[in-house]
Amino acid sequence: MNAFDGLITLIVFLPVLGAAVIAAFGRRESRVRLIALAALAADLALAVYAWTVYANSGPIVEQLGAYGSDPWIPGINASYLLTIDGLSMPLVFLTALLGVVAVLASWHVRERVREYHMWLLLLLTGVQGVFVAGDLLLFFLFWEVELVPMYFLIAMWGTGHREYSAMKFVLYTLFGSAFMLVGVLALRFAVGSFDMQVMMLEGQAGMIRPAFLTLEAISALFLIAFAVKLPVWPLHTWLPDAHTDAPTAVSVLLAGVLLKMGGYGLIRINVGMFPGETERWAPLLVALAVISVLYGAAVVFRQTDLKRLVAYSSVSHMGLVLLGIASLGAVSVTGAALQMFAHGTITGLLFLVVGIVYENAHTRHIPDLGGLIARMPVVGAVFILAGLASLGLPLLSGFAAELMVFLGSFAVYPLATALAALGIVLTAGYILWTVERVLLGPLKARWRTIRDASAQDTVAMALLVVPIIAVGVYPALVSDVFRDGVTRLTGGG
Amino acid sequence: MPTPIDAGSIGIDFAHLAPEIILTLAAIAVVLVDLVVRNKQILAWLSIAGVLASGVAAIALWTSGAGGASYSGVVITDLFGTFFKIVLLGGTLLALLLSPAYVNRRLSRFHGEYYGLLLLSTVGMMLLVSVGELISILLALEIQTFALVALIALLKDARSTESALKFLLLSAVATAVMLYGMAILFGLTGTTFIADMAVAVEARVETGGLANNLALIIAAVLILVGFGFKISSVPFQMWAPPVYEGAPTPIVGYLSVASKAAGFAVLVRLFATAFGQAGLDALDWPLLIGVLAIASMTLGNIVAIVQTNVKRLLAYSTIAQAGYILIGVAAMGNGAAGVYELAVSGILFYLAAYTVSNLAAFGALVALSPPGGGTDSIEELTGGAARSPLAGIVLTVALISLIGLPPTGLFVGKIYLFYGAVQGDLWWLALIGALNSFVSAYYYLRPVRRLWAGGGATQETDARRSPSLRASMALSAAGVIALGIIPPWAISLATEAASAFSP
Repeated sequence: MNAFDGLITLIVFLPVLGAAVIAAFGRRESRVRLIALAALAADLALAVYAWTVYANSGPIVEQLGAYGSDPWIPGINASYLLTIDGLSMPLVFLTALLGVVAVLASWHVRERVREYHMWLLLLLTGVQGVFVAGDLLLFFLFWEVELVPMYFLIAMWGTGHREYSAMKFVLYTLFGSAFMLVGVLALRFAVGSFDMQVMMLEGQAGMIRPAFLTLEAISALFLIAFAVKLPVWPLHTWLPDAHTDAPTAVSVLLAGVLLKMGGYGLIRINVGMFPGETERWAPLLVALAVISVLYGAAVVFRQTDLKRLVAYSSVSHMGLVLLGIASLGAVSVTGAALQMFAHGTITGLLFLVVGIVYENAHTRHIPDLGGLIARMPVVGAVFILAGLASLGLPLLSGFAAELMVFLGSFAVYPLATALAALGIVLTAGYILWTVERVLLGPLKARWRTIRDASAQDTVAMALLVVPIIAVGVYPALVSDVFRDGVTRLTGGG
Repeated sequence: MPTPIDAGSIGIDFAHLAPEIILTLAAIAVVLVDLVVRNKQILAWLSIAGVLASGVAAIALWTSGAGGASYSGVVITDLFGTFFKIVLLGGTLLALLLSPAYVNRRLSRFHGEYYGLLLLSTVGMMLLVSVGELISILLALEIQTFALVALIALLKDARSTESALKFLLLSAVATAVMLYGMAILFGLTGTTFIADMAVAVEARVETGGLANNLALIIAAVLILVGFGFKISSVPFQMWAPPVYEGAPTPIVGYLSVASKAAGFAVLVRLFATAFGQAGLDALDWPLLIGVLAIASMTLGNIVAIVQTNVKRLLAYSTIAQAGYILIGVAAMGNGAAGVYELAVSGILFYLAAYTVSNLAAFGALVALSPPGGGTDSIEELTGGAARSPLAGIVLTVALISLIGLPPTGLFVGKIYLFYGAVQGDLWWLALIGALNSFVSAYYYLRPVRRLWAGGGATQETDARRSPSLRASMALSAAGVIALGIIPPWAISLATEAASAFSP
């Protein structure tokens, strides 16, 4: 089975098309929601189709455009080149899936529905583009495309200090991408092409000879950009603010896929193109990873806002991704990638549930809540499931991922691995305890009339519960694909 | 390798100056027709027709490939100059389209003067980009400066008059400084023709006579400083904020793009030809320009953060933008194969994208300003997108482009410029430029946020009443997006134009 021409392009730009249709025909709110849902459902279907193509015939490459094989920017030979390989495939699927979830989770958004959904769709195009770009300049372009939609989504539909948080998000990312841009250009001149495949092959062979700056410095330029996005302590401070103030669906996407852009970049570029240099940076990265895990865990304990609590647990979990990547083994890097996928579904689900609670209770203050499961059995059950998955309970997706990371990294950094394992268990345990405080115990009088999840919320939750259980029971479903991608990157096999 | 001008064999060729001649005639026609017609709208359309006709002549000049020196070597017709003429005419067209909405309301006594002076100023700039002789450069410069001074003062209120005076005085100081530099250059080389100058510099570098010559350094610095006024870069940027605040908004939009484009054209021509590669041995001018670039970007961006007036904010923005373009000028100094053309075409592309972006922004500001003027404060934009969705979208697109985010023209432009800089071993300059873009997001996004916020005044805007204003906004925004998504056509034009200077 072969992919039809333009499959990847369609996956990337279908959301934009949806936004255009909304602009043209989306006069009524209900119609806007349906158009957005249809566009993203079709996107998800295409992602599934791409996955079957990938399973049968390997990586998909696509190079096209209005100018045929001509470069997209002629003077500097940047081209329109898209690739789906083992590393990107599950992330493309995850993005499409979370897109559908995001629209369903936005059913309660009442304000400026049309603009909201257009920004949401544009955001998804940016993220998909990052995961499939095969040309480094195109990668950089998509990396920046996502900023403006995200700014608007947080600043206009958020809560609390939304304008501050939105600006902080944009500035942090732009700060990182300033360094990345110089790295992109420096790498271009060292390799003589923007083609990421060529860069990877030359990087693996140790043939990249920069005319200026050392390879260590160039790899550090990328490290800064990706560390901001992942995020890694001490560059993480944008994350709790953005998460807390963003609307529910945007929090889901932020945790689910936007953070993954950082991890994806680390694996694709730092591990794939600078293996030697990344090894030299590894001790520092491992130290930062452990600090992120422990710091995230420590700060989780002080949170009384449900959303902030989940946000800090993200810092902790993303530290684990960094630990897996910095250990540089095929197993640990695959584990890190699987952890990204698992975290995307689990934390996405946690934010979704927290959002539903907030929507119905109008507070996220943990001490105010209690006993909600009596009135919200569905939400309660899913909340507990997500908490357990976050904890790393066997047969749920978090377990397999964390196990792989720990197995891979223990051989190289035993102490760091032990510390990180402790941190993760603490954090997740705290989440579970929080779940108890929110759901169990006596039902407070003011919550007697609280409603359970709506039909759309239930579908959205189900869409995330399925992969959590499926990957938990049979991790190879996703990890095999990641492993293929990672082995190509790490030069093995 | 520049060749000396053979003054005897070059005659007068009207075809080479056809765009300028047509536009001058149009300007005269506007002034005369103003005396006899009662419906002043005709003047706007007459000017637009003149610009279009001049544009046709410029495009014909481009496609015919006619080139070379004429008028005894004073006028140089090459693709580089013609590219700038087309950009200038495009900018003038967009500015003219957005003018009626403003002129009818606030300058209703000065239709003839407004359109006539605007066209004359463009004539001056078009001459400026194609003359290759110092005294003619000065004359062309003065033609456009005096037209602009009158245009700035046209509102006739305190702020407008004050800013016109500031513009005039600072312009005089800058010109004097530049003239002094030119005089020294003349003394060193014995000629006022740029092409001959290159030969003289090269000859004297070869004999060792000009190595680290203090006079040459002083001349280059003084000329650079003088042009800093035209392109509003440090150290002659201080006129921009008051003039932007006080002058009529369409004039500010026009000034911000046309003056900058013309200034850069001369700067590039002078440094590419007169100092060129040979001059590099005598003078590290890329470093000099790099320092000015950093100063402009940083000062512009940091001071812009605290502005509360949109027009002042855009003034500091334009200072920062000049800094980005100077990065390209600095990269020109690298001798490696291909870098030169790349840097020049980067400057050309960036200026084209900057022209549409800035005019889109000013068009939207004209559309959003309340009847009677208002205060131009950022707060005044609150809810603007609800009052005029088109203006809201256009201003958003323009400001996103000015930050340098995709999918807009200035994203590609910035990548292109920084690419040239990195290839020219100036990676640190590219890094500082990229970090400056990061700072600029802070102030460019603030008006955008206000624009889409709820509330604000609800009075009607001009956007609905003026179809030409809507056309101007739509055209410029479409240009911004087109340059960002399908840049190849514009880049190949810029590359062709840049090849006029291949060393």
